[in-house]
Amino acid sequence: MIKRKLFVLCVVSAFVLVFSGGLYAAETLSLLTWKGYAPKNLVEKFEKETGITVKVTYSNNEEMIAKLRATRGAGFDLAQPSQDRISSVQEKYQIYQPIDMSKINAAQIIPSMLKAVQLNTMVNVKSHAVPFCWGTSGLIVNRKFAADAKDYSDLLNEAYKGRVSYRLKRPTLIAIAFAMGDDPFAKYSDVNAYQALMEKVGQALIDGKPIVKNYWTNGDALLQSMRSEEVYLAMAWDNGGWKLHVENSDIDFLAPKSGALGWIDTFAIPAKAKNIDAAYKWINFMLKPENAAQFTNMEKYGTASRGSIELTNVDIRGNFQRSFPQAAVDNIKWYPPVPAKLEEIEGKILDKVKAAK
Amino acid sequence: MLKGQKRWGLFFFLAPVVLWLFVMIVLPHIDLLIMSFRIENDEGQQIWSLKNYLNFFEEPIYWLTFARTAIYSILVTFLTFVIALPVAFYITKVVKPKYQGFLLVLLLLPFWVSELVRVYGWMILLRESGVINHFLLKAGLLKQPIEMLYRDSTMILGLVYTSMLFMVVPIISVLDSLDNSLIEAAYDLGANMWTILFKIIIPHATPGIVSGSIVVFMLTLGNYLTPNLMGGKNSLWFTEQIYNQFIASFNWNQGSAFGFLLLVLSSIVVWLGLKLTRQNLKKVVQ
Amino acid sequence: MQIDLAVKDISKTFDDFMAVDNVSFEVADGSFFSILGPSGCGKTTLLRMIAGLTEPTAGTIEIRGKSMLGIPPNKRPVNLIFQHLALFPMMNVGENIAFGLKRRGDSKAVINEKVATILERVDLIGFGDKKVDQLSGGQKQRVAIARCLVLEPAVLLLDEPLGALDLKLREQMKVELKKLQAKVGTTFVYITHDQSEALVMSDHVAVMNQGVFEQIDTPQNLYNSPDTPFVAQFVGDNNTWSGRIRQCDQKTAEIETTDGRVFRTQIRQQLQPGDEVDLFLRPEAMLIQPDAGLANLNRFEVIVKDLLFDGANSRLLAHPLDADTELLIALPQTHQYDYIQKNDKIEIGWDEQSGICFLRKENQD
Repeated sequence: MIKRKLFVLCVVSAFVLVFSGGLYAAETLSLLTWKGYAPKNLVEKFEKETGITVKVTYSNNEEMIAKLRATRGAGFDLAQPSQDRISSVQEKYQIYQPIDMSKINAAQIIPSMLKAVQLNTMVNVKSHAVPFCWGTSGLIVNRKFAADAKDYSDLLNEAYKGRVSYRLKRPTLIAIAFAMGDDPFAKYSDVNAYQALMEKVGQALIDGKPIVKNYWTNGDALLQSMRSEEVYLAMAWDNGGWKLHVENSDIDFLAPKSGALGWIDTFAIPAKAKNIDAAYKWINFMLKPENAAQFTNMEKYGTASRGSIELTNVDIRGNFQRSFPQAAVDNIKWYPPVPAKLEEIEGKILDKVKAAK
Repeated sequence: MLKGQKRWGLFFFLAPVVLWLFVMIVLPHIDLLIMSFRIENDEGQQIWSLKNYLNFFEEPIYWLTFARTAIYSILVTFLTFVIALPVAFYITKVVKPKYQGFLLVLLLLPFWVSELVRVYGWMILLRESGVINHFLLKAGLLKQPIEMLYRDSTMILGLVYTSMLFMVVPIISVLDSLDNSLIEAAYDLGANMWTILFKIIIPHATPGIVSGSIVVFMLTLGNYLTPNLMGGKNSLWFTEQIYNQFIASFNWNQGSAFGFLLLVLSSIVVWLGLKLTRQNLKKVVQ
Repeated sequence: MQIDLAVKDISKTFDDFMAVDNVSFEVADGSFFSILGPSGCGKTTLLRMIAGLTEPTAGTIEIRGKSMLGIPPNKRPVNLIFQHLALFPMMNVGENIAFGLKRRGDSKAVINEKVATILERVDLIGFGDKKVDQLSGGQKQRVAIARCLVLEPAVLLLDEPLGALDLKLREQMKVELKKLQAKVGTTFVYITHDQSEALVMSDHVAVMNQGVFEQIDTPQNLYNSPDTPFVAQFVGDNNTWSGRIRQCDQKTAEIETTDGRVFRTQIRQQLQPGDEVDLFLRPEAMLIQPDAGLANLNRFEVIVKDLLFDGANSRLLAHPLDADTELLIALPQTHQYDYIQKNDKIEIGWDEQSGICFLRKENQD
């Protein structure tokens, strides 16, 4: 008797699982994105408006590419790689599908940015991304302890020994190269010249190893160590500096003398996305001025949404005024698309730096 | 007839397991093995080559990192053993039986949270603005807070902590079967504590020690989180190099080759360990 | 005579349980001393205190005149043979025996020689390279003894070492152990719950019950004139009657038993008429169909209920004519009594010198 009941229960629950699983799949948007790019209240709003459940996976550029490469573009409906990391990857692995501009509400997007991204992600005369937000990497400085820090070269400055933190990732290599007076972007096309430059940068980082406290990997952890004044000077994204500035006015983001590194993160649809309609819905939803403004208020990043800046809080505009005088804006080094092969060169240099004593 | 039925029964029970092993473990490994013998030529085509393996031996940072990882893993295994043996001895032989279960649960407790949480716990304790520094400053033992993270010793601490349970449990199970009267007999025949330890307890516990050591060695060698987070800037671990090849350099071929080298070299270390302690895998796995 | 082991007023308390209660005894050099008692009587605790594995709560232990208090077991001139022998399975026979010598720091040559000598003494020549688990039960026993004897201890302690052997081997080992002890001349302190082991091997036996020594004596005296009812019952078999003194003098008493019989028996303690007593009688004290001419016999008739054949140890199970008290009567296998059948009525007689009589204690349990 009990056995029978159990059996019935199992069958029923199996049906429920299968059935609800089916429903679930039909109404889900799988989003592969960066931390902070899908704020909870916006996700809830989207779910309310469309009835689509959003499933968010946090990642970074490299892991996004690796994940999509492993499945040949399946498993996610929408990804948010940086615009410079799309074209060469797409040429090689075909992990994205072209953007159908008819489904994008282009009127919401700042035209110059849309055009730039479309151009940079062009493969086989089709563009593969639309812009979402932009920001820069530069220095977060605690003025109380590091009043004189001005450029990336201060990351290797003996004066800040043990109080410096940066990521052991390609932006750091690029930044140090700029600080050395070189132009790594100009050497993108010349593998040998780039290799030589990177080796020079690598050596500088190895020499500067006693100065760095740690190579940060987690943005929140870095902010925590700046907050606790364990770190005075870090290379990081601008929004982090602005977030800290609210708590401690000594800390702020600084556009370095040799130029902040500008990036644009995009929306790109993986080749085997299941729920493409939902992906477009999410793109249009996030670029709606009021939603984009809400995102900016929270994450401090500027977006590609036209007219959203007027809807943001006053302090957001204050951030830009403080950190980006006109000359600094003009000096932003925007990442051009990364050609293939460079990542391997950089990877080896980074390994060497990490392994060095 | 019955025998035939039995065999079919066994087959039905084992089929899902074998299938699972084959699909989830063997197939991907074959794929990785093939990948490790291929490289991309200048035209972007995949060709057969041994270059990925040669790279490992020709490029010092790779094999140095491996050697470092292996030596540190052996050190961690040894330290874990040195700490685990008295703990296991205390639980099996000293403490009253009614507290044994309680102590075992205490040992297990940290493993109910993920490794990431445990590592962050350590970081909160050890960081420059962390709990330990705070108390040392308060107590006047320190004038300036010191950074206890991002050192090799901290990393080893974390790895030992993470591995403890996997050493303690097998040693407890072998010590449980050690007759107390053997220890008393040795004591009675004139042995001191050290002789009892080295002549009676360790020889008896060897199968458990070896099986614990294999598990701890493999886990430590394959650990990624702890060296990365607690070791900081100087702690390049071989797994991180594999990760970098796959993720940062997009060089899956090289990454696969490293993966297989890790598998082969760690197997060699385990085999050597078994030879040295005159154990065999069958005995140890029991 | 030199005293090898002197235990004075020793006690051991575990939490609120008194395992050993104020025990004192001395063991002379070269003698075989046994402590006999039921399991749980505290004999193992006592032995462990002598070995040093347990700390006494009170009292002193002296070995050859030296106090052993605070001296750890590895520094005491005594060795213990464990109940399950505790041979080291990770070593071969030779290494087991050499274990103690090595700890003492003897040279390799000396060790080899001593191991060879002792193996010869316990009849295990050539067994040095054998693994422990290749040995039979009796061989293991001898290795355990050799492992201790090679150290030439002042006192060898044995904790029921024959307990795990089967009956035949046990009988054999009893004799062997006694012979070995005589040969090496080491003082043995042996504990057991088996009265036959204690009686066969020992020079002196202490009977222990609930933490105290009831009697220390030679095996013969223990058997023939026990000091306490416990000893009378524990050592050897006994028939028991309860009764009351009808009349008595210094040496003998007339007892009326609860089943209405009147016996005359010797007494060894001062008793008054009216005292409640227990009367013990060995099975072999009862004579079957005694000669009518024998004087001083207590005679009565019994019905045979069963014949319990057990070789030299055969008995009759019987009860008196008008009572159902069960009696065990020794049945000598001399064919003289082959005619006795079940349900036969026979006469039984016992000499008044064979009776063992104790005043019954009020709080006896």
